[in-house]
Amino acid sequence: MKVTIESLRSDILKDIADISGENVAECYQCGKCTAACPVNQAMDILPHQVLRLLQLGLVDEVMNSKTIWICASCFTCAGRCPRDVDLANVMEAVRVLLLRERGASRIKAEDMPEILRKGMPEQGIVSGFRKYAK
Amino acid sequence: MRYSYYPGCTLKTSAAVLEESALNAAKALGIELVEQEEWQCCGAVFPLATDEIASFLSSVRSLDAARSAGEKLVTICAACHHVIKRANHVIQSDGEVRDKVNNYLELDNYYSGQGEAIHYLEMLRDDLGFDKLAEQVKEPLTGRKIAAYYGCLLLRPAKVMQFDDAEDPSIMEDYLSALGATPVEYPYRTECCGVYLSVNNEEIAAGMVKKIINSARRSGAEAIVNACPLCHYNLLELQDKTPQGEPVLPVYYFTELLEEALGVKREVEEKTR
Ligand code: SF4
Ligand code: SF4
Repeated sequence: MKVTIESLRSDILKDIADISGENVAECYQCGKCTAACPVNQAMDILPHQVLRLLQLGLVDEVMNSKTIWICASCFTCAGRCPRDVDLANVMEAVRVLLLRERGASRIKAEDMPEILRKGMPEQGIVSGFRKYAK
Repeated sequence: MRYSYYPGCTLKTSAAVLEESALNAAKALGIELVEQEEWQCCGAVFPLATDEIASFLSSVRSLDAARSAGEKLVTICAACHHVIKRANHVIQSDGEVRDKVNNYLELDNYYSGQGEAIHYLEMLRDDLGFDKLAEQVKEPLTGRKIAAYYGCLLLRPAKVMQFDDAEDPSIMEDYLSALGATPVEYPYRTECCGVYLSVNNEEIAAGMVKKIINSARRSGAEAIVNACPLCHYNLLELQDKTPQGEPVLPVYYFTELLEEALGVKREVEEKTR
């Protein structure tokens, strides 16, 4: 990991800020978001670390993480953040950029009959496609 | 009491029990829920990316139609309510999005967020009143220890949803008390069930469900109620089963108990899945 002036000025950081509407510099690393997160055990980078990496312009670490796909958009972190950072929005912005620009879809239409057969409600299927596919 | 009613896709399909029980109970309470003539899927998840404006169109169409009818817009599905209520908040607070949505929809009157989206439970608490509800209970659920599961979507973000105290809610317990049941409070009642993680990360969702179910059981619950088809699926399908293949903790929609307490329970056919 190397922090450079270029990485701090990258377009992609600006895109994340625009799409999420959040300013990652507001975060002061207290860790309340991570403590609140119900899926932190399954994550490779913890919620507060996502923000630290983005503050340092280390976007690739975040984009290549499992964490952004494990975040369940449960909004618990945002409710506890003393700096009013909405991490769920930041996670979404990173996912959206990967899905839109790098074709990173995680589910396929072919998989759906099997998932539907298990009784998954329509709401789940639509949510899955909205979150994991373009 | 008369309301515009937005059902959403899942209540017309796999969660038909939720709609049928809610409408049946409303009828018994003398509440008229008039299904909107034209409604479209809310999109199931609220668009967190600020540039996804098209996702607001369906919500605004329904909100505007309810406003034109002079009625509040009632939803039963927690996810639909979440999406519609947050969309209304964006329309109220973001002028740029508001203009774009209005330009696209070409409504008869400019929509600036005057509509009011409420959840069925809020309708019972704030408009009918739980005390009045209790008076109409014919078959109280005496002695039944029921755990309310809130999940995420009704409560958070608290500033927008304004449903209840997001860290220590009581509306569902108060509702259960009105029905004569004994509400069981347990630590995990507001924790996420894994939502859409069950689509392709089932193990992670199952771990989350396990914590919720164990927490409710340890607190003495004999059943758990919820208001969301996806929570319902996760809590039911991803929990441990008894050796006979039964769920260790039965899962109901909150409206199923309402029908029962009002003495209007229908014979529900076994769902074929
Ligand atoms: S809770 Fe807020 S300020 Fe604290 S580490 Fe998380 S994002 Fe940063
Ligand atoms: S929104 Fe995502 S990061 Fe935040 S607490 Fe929920 S799962 Fe964790």
